[in-house]
Amino acid sequence: MGVEGIGASVVRKEDRRFITGRGRYVDDIKVMGMTHAYFVRSPHAHAKITSIDVEAAKAMPGVVDVLTGQQIVDDKVGNLICGWAVHSKDGSAMKMGAWPAMAPETVRFVGQAVAVVIAETRNLARDAAEAVEVHYEELPSAHHIAMAIAPGAPQLHPEAPGNIVYDWSIGEEKAVDEAFAKAANVVTFELVNNRLVPNAMEPRAALAEYNEAEEHFTLHTTSQNPHVARLVLSAFYNIAPEHKLRVVAPDVGGGFGSKIFIYPEEMVALWASKKVRRPVKWTGDRNEAFLTDAHGRDHISKAEMAFDADNKILGLRVKTHANFGAYMSLFSSSVPTYLYATLLSGQYNIPAIYAEVIGVYTNTTPVDAYRGAGRPEACYLLERLMETAARQLKVDPAELRRKNFITSFPHQTPVIMAYDIGDFGASLDAALKAIDYAGFPARREKAKSEGKLRGLGFSCYIEACGIAPSKAVGSLGAGVGLWESAEVRVNPVGTIEVLTGSHSHGQGHETTFAQLVAGRLGIPISQVSIVHGDTDKVQFGMGTYGSRSAAVGMSAIFKAMEKVEKKAKKIAAHQLEASEDDIVIENGEFKVTGTDKSIALPMVALAAYTAHNLPDGMEPGLKEGAFYDPTNFTFPAGSYICEIEVDKGTGKSTIIKFVAVDDFGRLINPMIVDGQVHGGLAQGIGQAILEQAIYDDTGQLVTASFMDYAMPRADDVPSFEISHTTTLCPGNPLGVKGCGEAGAIGASAAVINAITDAIGNNKLDMPATPDRVWHAMQAPLQQAAE
Amino acid sequence: MTRLSSAQRHLVRFTLNGKPVQGEAEPRLLLTDFLRQTIGATGTHVGCEHGVCGACTITVDGELARACLTLAVQIDGCELRTVEGLAPAPDRLGVLQAAFRRNHALQCGFCTAGILMSLDHYLRAHPKPSEAEIRDLLSGHLCRCTGYTPIVQAALEAAAELAELSRSDHRDV
Repeated sequence: MGVEGIGASVVRKEDRRFITGRGRYVDDIKVMGMTHAYFVRSPHAHAKITSIDVEAAKAMPGVVDVLTGQQIVDDKVGNLICGWAVHSKDGSAMKMGAWPAMAPETVRFVGQAVAVVIAETRNLARDAAEAVEVHYEELPSAHHIAMAIAPGAPQLHPEAPGNIVYDWSIGEEKAVDEAFAKAANVVTFELVNNRLVPNAMEPRAALAEYNEAEEHFTLHTTSQNPHVARLVLSAFYNIAPEHKLRVVAPDVGGGFGSKIFIYPEEMVALWASKKVRRPVKWTGDRNEAFLTDAHGRDHISKAEMAFDADNKILGLRVKTHANFGAYMSLFSSSVPTYLYATLLSGQYNIPAIYAEVIGVYTNTTPVDAYRGAGRPEACYLLERLMETAARQLKVDPAELRRKNFITSFPHQTPVIMAYDIGDFGASLDAALKAIDYAGFPARREKAKSEGKLRGLGFSCYIEACGIAPSKAVGSLGAGVGLWESAEVRVNPVGTIEVLTGSHSHGQGHETTFAQLVAGRLGIPISQVSIVHGDTDKVQFGMGTYGSRSAAVGMSAIFKAMEKVEKKAKKIAAHQLEASEDDIVIENGEFKVTGTDKSIALPMVALAAYTAHNLPDGMEPGLKEGAFYDPTNFTFPAGSYICEIEVDKGTGKSTIIKFVAVDDFGRLINPMIVDGQVHGGLAQGIGQAILEQAIYDDTGQLVTASFMDYAMPRADDVPSFEISHTTTLCPGNPLGVKGCGEAGAIGASAAVINAITDAIGNNKLDMPATPDRVWHAMQAPLQQAAE
Repeated sequence: MTRLSSAQRHLVRFTLNGKPVQGEAEPRLLLTDFLRQTIGATGTHVGCEHGVCGACTITVDGELARACLTLAVQIDGCELRTVEGLAPAPDRLGVLQAAFRRNHALQCGFCTAGILMSLDHYLRAHPKPSEAEIRDLLSGHLCRCTGYTPIVQAALEAAAELAELSRSDHRDV
């Protein structure tokens, strides 16, 4: 494949612009006549708007206009949609309330937009926003799941009685009941999966331009999937038909799921740009990011696992309440159902699984996919349950897992997923070796002699990535197909442009995708450009999330390349007067095997475009497109082990060592893969020990700044020890599985299992702050003293 | 202390990466907005506007500063250095920049400018940093992509390379 092909840790093409300050993010773009938007937001968690007076604001210096929720409703801009229909177990459709881009009558979370000021500068817009007088009649609110489902709880939406969006289930209840009836041991566990704020470092932003003469909109926005944004803005929000709306996602400063969704602010910017006949830019500040970017996780679960006398798992029963916030965000419905409960089999042979998921409205920021999206919640639940079981059954946690590992593939779980391949024992073995498991008791004793508590925690995760087979997700309620498209354009001089529907917001596609193409042709990656993020350039695509860009996006490029190569070989054979079957591609040349005859790629490309001497009937040009729709998900899996030390006096946990062994199938660029794992682990560790979105009794988000929300910092995380085992994915031509979310999925359970092992108390929820850990360790410490 | 009228825009003259620059700013305008919107130097990023994330870190008269906690009018007459001034030549990367690239110390690139500025400043004064010292310095920055380890590696590698360079410079002298 050559030095820059698949498998090479090529340095990134995109880095040069970022490290010299020449990236181009949305807020870096400035256009003539540009105005600035600033939103007036609700200070209440739940209230009726009794009046809005915008006149004083309109009279302020530099104010172009002030627009309200009623106007956006009057203009028939559509309500925000949820694009995945999930049905309750009684067959009824999910019960959703309307979500207008700006609230005309009722606000349901702190930070919900009620009006927008358009002014000459951001500061002037902000000044005028202060002068917009909104009167509210406060209503009782519910900010936690328990509050929202309690009898007599405040009702958020008339459409959803009892604040229940759906009561969904998967698996066979009867089979699980039977499994528990014959169990030798049952392990029961309750846990909370803490609410997180994604916090991509670049706040969301939108620059909307309306060209009156062409009746055409251009939106530059911070999106992970600009084509889906355009589709939704066109088909559901009545902004403009697709051919009259260009959506561009230029350099995007991280997403982690939060930039998948189409938010009210982009819609309002587009709508306002037509109303004021000037370009409108909105750039969110960090406070707005905390209040309005879709949050992640927020589950309360009860789980029970049945074991036989030989410690083999017989069944699993799970009941989860998922907090959706005040409105159903774009893919929110699928996260705690098809992305969560379908992964509850983990790496284990579990004959019977039954899971119920109750989706709940609360007066909080909407919740949707955040790195891992449902899969971290599944892994955390299952891996804490396994560790709890090992402690309760008094068996080695590694051996309990190994005993229950799935070892033959394909494997059909009781919860939809059919695992194609894996070797879970291999990654566990490698992780045990890397952490020196045999040496742990001695290390624990040594730590004890130094007055520290040391613990070890496991997490063997599996995820379903490469989302997704369109037919499969369609049958489960998805509103879109999840294929990917690619177009490979060979220019007349032999350089190549690859247009992809995947979007890179840090993942390095400009490098890895080029590696695939360059490797196949034996040319340097400098000859290949990756074009993405612009609906005017790329015909269509589904974007980047769910660790899908390699497995689905690159597979589409692979298919397009096959077509390009086929045609190029025909041209080369014609030029060289040889048989097409005898042509091989090496080092950028088309060679006739067994001879010294060859023709270089640029000459083939030129021949394709001059069309002076092509085979009879061949169309000129060298450009091919392909759509790739996978037949199954991919199943990255791995074993993480965390060794931790807890300070008895303060409850502070320090990670001594963290080993991660992942099976991602074939690695395209190992350096970039490791980078994805590092970043994912930091987010998983952040969830485990630092991060939590906290609402107070009045529904105020009290962790709405970096002063209050604890993000992982360089001195909070160790250097990780990362390695790989490999089983090639049989489902796609590259054998890749995806690596983007693994760290965030697997890490948190390993950390908490290590802390609870260290302190001898299993009752501990995330984030395991020193305060919580200190309190949790008091009872066992007292027992030990007695 | 000079008092400025809040109703007026004031001329601010300063040196940006060695070149004289000027622009007008009202007293409340943040240096981040001034650099990015008035001057057009968009390499300095705004991640939080409350001085925590460090994305906007630059140097003012050789001292590290959060541009989001600095007013534009404060830098009148000062020498500013931003990420755009780090490379020794348009077609060459500095030692630290190259180490970032080699070690995959950036992903989305948004926090990178501030981190580069802090490390560049720190390594000048601390040629032999330990990993703990680098992590301590980096704790003034937030990066959501990298997990920090590759940044630490890049910093240590750059420090070693800079030390080697200064030794060979010395020999040359």
